[in-house]
Amino acid sequence: MLCHEEIEPEISWRSFLGKDQAPKICTECKDSFAPITGEKCEICGRPFDFLEEEYRIGNICMDCKRWEENEEWSGSLDKNRSLYRYTDFTKEVIARFKFRGDYVFADIFTEDIKTVLQAFQYDYIVPIPLSDERLYERGFNQSEALIKAAGYTPTHLLTRIHSEKQSKKSRDERIQIEQVFKMAEGVEIECKTILLFDDIYTTGSTLRHAAKVLKQNGASKVMSLTLAR
Amino acid sequence: MRFLIKEGKLIPKLDSSDDETTFSISNLPEIPQLSTNPFFEYNPELQKMLAGKQLLIDELPFTIDEIQAHYENGYLVYRKGIQKQENRPHGSSGVTEKHTNLPRICVRCGTSDESWFGEFPCARCGERDIYCPKCLMMGRVSECTPLVCWVGPESDFPVVDRPLEWAGSLSEGQQVASQRVLDAVKTTSELLVWAVAGAGKTEVLFAGINEALTSGKRVCLATPRTDVVLELTPRLKKAFPQTKIASLYGGSEERHEFTQLTIATTHQLLRFYKAFDVMIVDEVDAFPYSIDETLQYAVQQSRKLDSSLIYLTATPSKQWQKECRLGKRKYVTIPARYHRHPLPVPKLEWSGNWEKMLTKGKLPANIIKWIETRQASRRQALLFAPKIASMEKILPILRKMDPLIESVHAEDPDRKEKVMKLRNKEIPILLSTTILERGVTFPNIDVAVIGSEDRIFTESALVQIAGRAGRSADFPTGEVVFFHYGKTEAMLSARKQIEMMNKEGIKKGLIDV
Ligand SMILES: [Zn+2]
Ligand SMILES: [Zn+2]
Ligand SMILES: [Zn+2]
Ligand SMILES: [Zn+2]
Repeated sequence: MLCHEEIEPEISWRSFLGKDQAPKICTECKDSFAPITGEKCEICGRPFDFLEEEYRIGNICMDCKRWEENEEWSGSLDKNRSLYRYTDFTKEVIARFKFRGDYVFADIFTEDIKTVLQAFQYDYIVPIPLSDERLYERGFNQSEALIKAAGYTPTHLLTRIHSEKQSKKSRDERIQIEQVFKMAEGVEIECKTILLFDDIYTTGSTLRHAAKVLKQNGASKVMSLTLAR
Repeated sequence: MRFLIKEGKLIPKLDSSDDETTFSISNLPEIPQLSTNPFFEYNPELQKMLAGKQLLIDELPFTIDEIQAHYENGYLVYRKGIQKQENRPHGSSGVTEKHTNLPRICVRCGTSDESWFGEFPCARCGERDIYCPKCLMMGRVSECTPLVCWVGPESDFPVVDRPLEWAGSLSEGQQVASQRVLDAVKTTSELLVWAVAGAGKTEVLFAGINEALTSGKRVCLATPRTDVVLELTPRLKKAFPQTKIASLYGGSEERHEFTQLTIATTHQLLRFYKAFDVMIVDEVDAFPYSIDETLQYAVQQSRKLDSSLIYLTATPSKQWQKECRLGKRKYVTIPARYHRHPLPVPKLEWSGNWEKMLTKGKLPANIIKWIETRQASRRQALLFAPKIASMEKILPILRKMDPLIESVHAEDPDRKEKVMKLRNKEIPILLSTTILERGVTFPNIDVAVIGSEDRIFTESALVQIAGRAGRSADFPTGEVVFFHYGKTEAMLSARKQIEMMNKEGIKKGLIDV
């Protein structure tokens, strides 16, 4: 119950985890992560329990229906699953890990990631890459850290296209060929199943951009797993 | 990041792709310091931001080239963020081997306990870095992270003839202490001000701060708690209206102000380095300062080597009390309250196994009776309980006596509101964990502790709790009872401390009998 003592905010997180290098999470805090359960959108994994009825179209959600109706994006991402709902608590923990850069926080999620990965069949697990600036700023790629902490080996199939170059193009040009990622050289993915990994699913746009590039390069199936959504 | 050593200088390399031999700063045996070039036109904005500070490059809104130019001209230095405590040269390169079992210390916060540190594959230097999670909220310090400090000329503060504009007067007891503080400022020495709760310790600092400001000294008033920073800031701004004052706490915006007077949480001191000529630490006994070495470290490294150090407390630790008695620590007491009435002395009352009674939904009879007496005489009360769990069991019992009774704990979102309600007499009795033991004052209340034998009720906590009663001149008395299931040393020491202060106050003629 270290987490409930009154401490200056700056040090409370560490106290919450205990002093050991590998953070041990108390059951009460563990329960504070809201796992996604029950009926969900077949594509993006959004829980229907928290969705207005009119945003549900059969087994998928309104957002996914829109993506699938768009010729450009239809079928790019086959399936996403997320571990937790993006509650204030989860948000705070992810912020400490990713923005503050407390790397050892990755260990908190190890067990849950391992469990859920058993449900996936894939050839490569691929972290969403960061731009060079972001990577320098944070010092590590949070998705890669999570994969490694869970004991899996990430494959770097994608790199980010330099964003500055993009902004120099005209608006029309950008909308037409807005590319965020490109294939890294040297790995053959023809007919392979890829599992993308990211920390948060927000609009699904990042994951679909990545998925599209992979499909264009021959991947037969692209799925994704995120910590929260 | 990595550094290249060229012509006796460190040169930062943001990318590690070069063929040149580069180093993580923690692996350098020593860091070259360059002599000051008097012709260099330094950036006064950088000077303002960095003088007396230790910041990360990420915290400085200047380009790495500009920062580096100041280094090359001897206006700033790079220090190791994480230091290996013994630097044994290794091989012919003179560079120490990484990941040997040398003890490390986080230079910013002083953490050296290995179990605190974390490790990660660092994209900035390409190595596995040790980093310090303890001070992480101020930006991550890892083995390749330099701390940047100003070593160029310091800018002077505008001279003000009479910075202190305060028309109040000091009690006799305050006057004695005020003079001692003034002396400590003049002679750059150390002093403990031991002032009972309600003595008015802030005013005791005014003359000393005034002296420091007039002589161009930089002053810091540090306290472990944000609440205290927020409370002190307007009072000091009012007393020193011409002086620029920075008020620093987690989340405050004034981080980069260069001011002559700083009011900060002890945690914020981690950003300062050899900055202050006068360091005043308020509530040295308060959690978490007294148990946290980090904050001791912060106080020490943020003040200049030659500086005054003044501690304020209502209840010094056993160790400090002993040092005072043995003449090993310079101190001054204010044994009496401003209103010249003695401190209420706590009564110790046996209440049996109250926890066991709680499991049956009951409270000991003498506690019930005590509450009924408050109700009959319409007196408000603060009731302390050791744990949230026991508080939750006590509240429904009390609510049967009066549905308006409330409880409050550290994480209660309505904490401020409830305190306000008690003050406005909308709540007859407030049940609390130890969070209300200090700081919060109510003019006319009685105080009781349930389960005062719990180890959370230390001597200093109990003295503080007792100090809530009889605060105002209009209502200088109040009852304090410790209901217990076995007397503890802390309870006895707390009572003794209070009695001793009253005796001293009477002897010195500071209490009217
Ligand atoms: Zn917990
Ligand atoms: Zn969906
Ligand atoms: Zn540190
Ligand atoms: Zn590094």
